[in-house]
This record gives sequence, structure tokens and C-alpha cells, in this order.
Amino acid sequence: MVLYQPDRSQYPSQKADGSLDIDLTSGKYLKLWQGPQHPGITGNMSLELTVCGDEVVEAKTHVGYLHRGFEKLMERRTFIQCFPIVCRICVPEPDFNEYCYAAAVEELAGIVAPERADWIRTLILEMGRINSYMMYLGGQAGSLGQGVIGQWTTYVRDLMLDRFEELTGARIYHMFILPGGVRDGLPDGFAGRMEDTLQEIERTMSDVYDVMFCNAVFKKRTVGVGYIDPALLEPYGVTGPNARAAGVVKDVRKDQPYLVYPQLDFEPVVGHDSDIFTRADVRRRDVLVSIDLVRQIIAKMPKTGPLMTKLPNVLHWKIPRGETYIRGECSRGEYGYYLVTDGSGYPRRVNVRGPSYTHAVALLERLIVNVNISDVAALMVSLHTYPPEIER
Amino acid sequence: MRTLYAELNKRFPLGELTVQREDLGFITVEREHLRALLLHLRDLEGFTHLVLLTAVDWMEEGVFQLTYLLSDRKKRCDLGLRVMIARDGASMETIHDVWPTAATYQRELCEMFGIDFPGSPGVHDPFILEGWTDIPPYRREFDTKKYADETFTHRAGRETNDPAEYMKKQLYPDGA
Repeated sequence: MVLYQPDRSQYPSQKADGSLDIDLTSGKYLKLWQGPQHPGITGNMSLELTVCGDEVVEAKTHVGYLHRGFEKLMERRTFIQCFPIVCRICVPEPDFNEYCYAAAVEELAGIVAPERADWIRTLILEMGRINSYMMYLGGQAGSLGQGVIGQWTTYVRDLMLDRFEELTGARIYHMFILPGGVRDGLPDGFAGRMEDTLQEIERTMSDVYDVMFCNAVFKKRTVGVGYIDPALLEPYGVTGPNARAAGVVKDVRKDQPYLVYPQLDFEPVVGHDSDIFTRADVRRRDVLVSIDLVRQIIAKMPKTGPLMTKLPNVLHWKIPRGETYIRGECSRGEYGYYLVTDGSGYPRRVNVRGPSYTHAVALLERLIVNVNISDVAALMVSLHTYPPEIER
Repeated sequence: MRTLYAELNKRFPLGELTVQREDLGFITVEREHLRALLLHLRDLEGFTHLVLLTAVDWMEEGVFQLTYLLSDRKKRCDLGLRVMIARDGASMETIHDVWPTAATYQRELCEMFGIDFPGSPGVHDPFILEGWTDIPPYRREFDTKKYADETFTHRAGRETNDPAEYMKKQLYPDGA
């Protein structure tokens, strides 16, 4: 792999405090805003770029366009009232919010969800992972001009949304995993329709591989670009596929197994080159792992049994003082909830730890320096960031 | 977890240990020992991953609880360090040089709770709020309902229900 080595002679010098000495009036530099309304941006965020010629010398991430204050809102709501709003923190993969919140409440309240509910929770999380990757693959290809990939992946994502709809009654925000269990079991004939959907996704993934990953333009634009040095992973809190593409096997499903993952047979996908292409390829192969996991779950899960533990009267539900942290492996890395209770009927503090928080701010601002303007969108998308989980 | 606590307690004066799970514990630490303890945990004990840094407002007790949650992936173990700081003129030493990503957390805490971290890069730059002039909104005394009532207007023609009364009627129709 050949890494790009820019000519630093034209670049600004550093001041004593480490910031760059950029004189915008010199005509050498230009401020360029990418987003919040821009086809090359992920969601509601923007990048303030300072460019020299067509190369970025400094970048700042701006978020806050979708701040709804979820963490604060939850402090005024009873534990059960928080349940229908947590999923709204992350639109493309909302179920991790439901799972982490429910598991944190259950732990502090001393409640154990039934085994069958754990199987269905795992199924939902894997279905959501596939959907999230479908959005990513479309975005990654689109950032380099391959619009057709997004059309294909949106099509199969829509098929999976059909499965979500028949299972939960909703397509995007499912509000299905609540403290104590899940709302319902699998409908009749679900397994057969899910198998049809999985086969369609496999067919599409084969096409995506041929058209996107074997495409000379895609390779030329992504191999060796956006390199993340493995030494940066821990200092910058990098997790999930971004870390696995750098050869570090970080996967909460294996590192600290939860739900029924210990009963499932799978190996985390790993890459080694740590560039945009490898990150995309790790996610493509991760889709195939998730398809296999969905099949395993449906084959192994108990067909009968309770789905909900009996909860106390939720209108007067008080949870003893305590604190905990629950994490899971979402499509972007470690997703977690830090919940503090004070013995009242309301959470004292809920803090949502989304992987984008570290990936899209400190890490992105560092990686983007020295990158050509035309590669900024591809680099940003390759980190697979969802801004709402930054601003909560 | 208790073994680790006993080992750490030989080197640092530690407060109470709360074992939440086999793989998760919380220790209260005095602020002057935090930095040395973080470096020790990161460099010698394998807690290389800063999972999160956040605050809990214990307004009644006049303190903020800062929680530094660290993770050792190889030992499958998480450790939360609790540091209590005074709410009045809240300020804490920065750790952005220990974990660069901490600068983002500290910037958010400064904006949302009004906790200063002198020396942390861009700590006073707006992070999520722009042009905010009220008190830091994640402090307990900030009333979101009052703010919403004063700032926004209700859309005419919409029927609203008291959430608690509505839930009572739906979930416990025979009385709760």
C-alpha cells in the first residue's frame, strides 16, 4: 500500500499553542463549509474546512443541528416514559438504544428478562445491523459517485423494514424492547419470509461486491486513503469496524458477550490495511456474518415461553440508588448507556455513549488534515458516523 | 475487581468501591489523585480505553459527580472513577493529554453543565448550542418545561393529554 505524502512546504506554520497560523487575508487559504446541507455529508452535521489549494489544512466538526436534549428530557420522565423516546436518538439503528436502556433499568431494578425475549432482542439487533450497513454501503458508494449501489441497498433495506413491520408493528422506530422483555413473539410464517429476505440481500451483496468492490475507480479512490494508524485507536476511542479494519479485533459481542451471543457461532470480521476500502470491505463481510446470525437465531430460539417479566406498577416504579453501564456492539462500534438512579421514580442521569461521538469529532478532525477536498466525503462516510448520537 | 481495588489502594488513597457487576466497579477518588490514577490504570493495568466522561448533578448536595469510565478489553473489565467537585465555580483538571478524545467530552461538559477544564483545547467553543445565553441546560435547576412554555407556542387545534393520567387509564383501567 502506498500512502500519499503531501508537500508540506506550502502549509501554515504552528503557533506556540499548537494551533495553525492561518491568515485568511493572504489569499493562500480558503474557508469552505461542507454541510449541513450537502450531498457529501452524513446527516445533520457540517465540516468547517480550511483549504490550501485543494488540500485540507484544518477541519472542525460542527454538530447541534438536531439537538433535542434527550438526556435532559429523560430526567423528567418516569422509567417507562423514557422507553418510547430512546429509540429516537439514532434513526438508522434505533434498537440499540432500546436494548441498552432496557438492560440498564433491568439491572438496577433487579429484573431479569425471559430467555425467549433475549433471543428476540438479539434477532432485532442483528436485523438492525444489516439495515444500518445497507445505508452505509449506499452512502459510501454515493460519496464516490456510484449512485446505483444506494438504490440497490435501499431496496433490500426496505425488505428488512417489512420484516420489522410485521414483527414490531413499526418500520423505523420499533419501541419493541422494553424493560422486562419484548412486546411480542414472531408472527406466523415469519421465518420463511425472513429467509426470502436474507436470500435477496445475499444476491444484492453479490452484485454490490462486483460493481462496487471490484470497480477500478472505487479502488483507486479508496485504497490507501483515510488511513487510521492502529496506534490512534485507544487514544481516540475507536471501536467497531473502524478498529477491526486496522487489524484490532474489537467486538463487544465477543469481548463482553451479552444476550445470547455466547450461544451463537461467529467470528468478528477483521481487515488490515485500515483505509477506506478496508473499512468498507469489513462492513460488507459483516453483513454476511449478520445474515448467518439471523439464520442461527431463528433456528435455535425457543418457540414458546414468556416474553415479559411482570413489572411493578410502572406509574409508581422507583428504582434504588445506583449506577451502571451497559454496552453493545452496534454497526458502528461500542454503543452504551450509563444510567444513574437516586431512589426516585425518575432517572437521575442518562448518558448515551455513541461511537460517533469519538469517531466524528476528534478522530475525523485529525484524519481529514492533508486530505484532498474531493476525498473528504468518502473519508467521513467511511467512519460511519450518525450525528444524532453525538448531540443526543 | 476487589483484587484490583486492594492493589490500587496500596498506591492511592481511594474511597468506597461499588461492585456493580463482576466486570464493572465504581471507585470514588479525590480529585488530586485522579490524574496519577488514570495514568497508572492506562499504562500499567491495561485500562487503555476511555469509554466515557460525564457528569451527574447532585444539586441537593452541592456537588457534581464526574465519572471517568475506563475499560480493559483483554481482562473484560470496566472501572468507573467518581470524582466529586463543588458545583459553585465548578472546575476540573483536563485530561486531554492522557486521552485526546477527552477534549470533546470536556467541551460538552463545559457547555452543558458549566464545568470548566482550563487548558483543554477549544473548551469554551460552542459544541452543540449556539448563541445560548441561559444557564447551562443540563444543570438540575434548568427547567425544560418552563423553557419550552416560554419559548415555544402550542399549535392550535391539538388535543393534549396529561401523560401520567393517560397511561393510568390505558394500563390500569381498574385503578392504580
